[in-house]
Amino acid sequence: MTSHSPDIAAPPAAGLLARLASGKLAVLLVLALLVAVPPLFFPSGFYYRVGAIVWILAIATIGLNLLMGFAGQVSLGHAGFLGIGAYAVALLPSRYGIHGIAAMVIGAALSAFIAWVAGRPILRLRGHYLAVATLGFGILIAMVLTNEQWLTGGPDGMRVPRLVLFDWPVRGSDTWYWIGGGAMLIAAWLALNLVDSPTGRALRAIHDSEVAARVIGVDVARYKLAAFVISAVYASVAGSLLAFFDGHITPDAAGFLRSVELVTMVVIGGMGSVVGSVIGTLVIVVLPQTLTFLSDYKHIMVGAFIMLFMIFLRAGIVPSLAALVRRRG
Amino acid sequence: MAEFLQFAFSGLTVGAVYALVALGFTLIYNASDVINFAQGEFVMLGGMATVFLSLAGVPVPLAALIAVAATTVVGLALYKLAIDPARGASAVTLIIITIGASIFLRGVASIVFDKRFHSLPHWFGDRPLTVAGASVLPQSLVVLAGALVIVVLLWAFFERTLFGKAVLATAANRVAAKLSGIDTGFVVGFSFAVSAAIGAVAGVLVTPITLTSFDVGTLLALKGFAAAMLGGMGHPVGAVVGGLVVGLLEAFGAGYISSQYKDAMAFIVILAVLFAMPNGLFGRTRIERV
Repeated sequence: MTSHSPDIAAPPAAGLLARLASGKLAVLLVLALLVAVPPLFFPSGFYYRVGAIVWILAIATIGLNLLMGFAGQVSLGHAGFLGIGAYAVALLPSRYGIHGIAAMVIGAALSAFIAWVAGRPILRLRGHYLAVATLGFGILIAMVLTNEQWLTGGPDGMRVPRLVLFDWPVRGSDTWYWIGGGAMLIAAWLALNLVDSPTGRALRAIHDSEVAARVIGVDVARYKLAAFVISAVYASVAGSLLAFFDGHITPDAAGFLRSVELVTMVVIGGMGSVVGSVIGTLVIVVLPQTLTFLSDYKHIMVGAFIMLFMIFLRAGIVPSLAALVRRRG
Repeated sequence: MAEFLQFAFSGLTVGAVYALVALGFTLIYNASDVINFAQGEFVMLGGMATVFLSLAGVPVPLAALIAVAATTVVGLALYKLAIDPARGASAVTLIIITIGASIFLRGVASIVFDKRFHSLPHWFGDRPLTVAGASVLPQSLVVLAGALVIVVLLWAFFERTLFGKAVLATAANRVAAKLSGIDTGFVVGFSFAVSAAIGAVAGVLVTPITLTSFDVGTLLALKGFAAAMLGGMGHPVGAVVGGLVVGLLEAFGAGYISSQYKDAMAFIVILAVLFAMPNGLFGRTRIERV
């Protein structure tokens, strides 16, 4: 993001950089700069719009990374929770007069409950069986949102009432840019604390080997479920914010492609890296935007870039680059 | 009864296509542990290439042959250019590569071909036959027969040829296979080629009934993957049974319960099966080595 060319970063500085980057505070500082600096160079409001989407989706990616990168469990249905959060803030305020923030909390609670109930049988599955079960679970949610027209407006989706905070209607891409950025920083801070806690260490133990973790006394089922519930809440909150920002939602928000997109963001950025989640989201959201001049060729390039990233930075962008810096330093 | 048969026929027809897609998943998975989400794109390419070649004046049978050959080359290229260079990467990294490949192939198809729906002429006319009160398109029988031929050929290949045994050996234990002189890299490339060819054949067979367009692959890959998992990943018989079961579930679900929730039936049953049998219908428990 900065204008430093790589040759300026002499080996000792690189070593220092690598050491700093491993600290919790440093990570938050990097993310804060990532949010605060680019607007100085934004030529138009459109950039705020894209930026707001990046920070909001990054919340869901950070949450999913807790599940995938730390607990080692794949979910191909996480957009389902995104959809629950989004429809909660669309339905509850317009139908029952519930305040937007309360609706967001209710959506998150509902997501947590559904994840808790569905997670117990689903998380007993391993590897690709887990993938297909979460896939089916996500599709069921998307299908309910598509088919229950009386409630959700069907495939055309529905309008989301504007969020009003203390008599102040929240509007404008720039406002949402800062709200999204702030929420993402809070989400990252919580995730970093979790990773550093005994729970985080238990999750990493499960990631490395379930059997070994169980043998040393980790309650594997409980911790996996906890990671699933937490990641569901992250996705739900992101869904709510995205719905507020967009003002309109469709069942696509919960669809299979969105789920795949989230997984791609986690893996491209780097599993087990909070900064990686944000960078991965940035790449996957911004890449198609920068390629719009290619019009019809856009998808070809997006597909090609995803393949190239994964072939040459197979551990994900952030961990691969960090390893490169360490080797030089 | 006529109604029941009607649903059964349409379920088996769609199920045969899912079974072929699931077989493609299984072949590649066995040889390389890769879940290839571009499998549905092979079906799309087979159908679309045949359509556009025949529009260009190539007779349909020849067009179909060229389409299958071209898709096979695409499958090989996918292995050589994207999977092989990432050798040793984690399973989820490889999955993302195949997802990238599927987006890429869809993008290419939308430009080389177009974004409209296309069909092919039915092989034996589109006048339905009547069987015990249910009407069956002759093309449905073609799809079923085609799927059967492919399954028998695969069986014969694995059971009756030395190279087939080499593929099975690679699936069972890659290192041991390599040590006993099997060119495992070649086996994996071959699996990608065969999977692509099977997908393309499925596309050619079913396009007269279901139509095709550049983006039919996603849903097919999804159902095929689900079918393969239902049967128990890595188990060819399981893949075929899984595919037929998913097809039948959809047809009966749509007919008797709710056509809106057609796609949900299969997944509800898959979830139920996996909860009871976490390794699929035909899978075996794997023991983790610490």
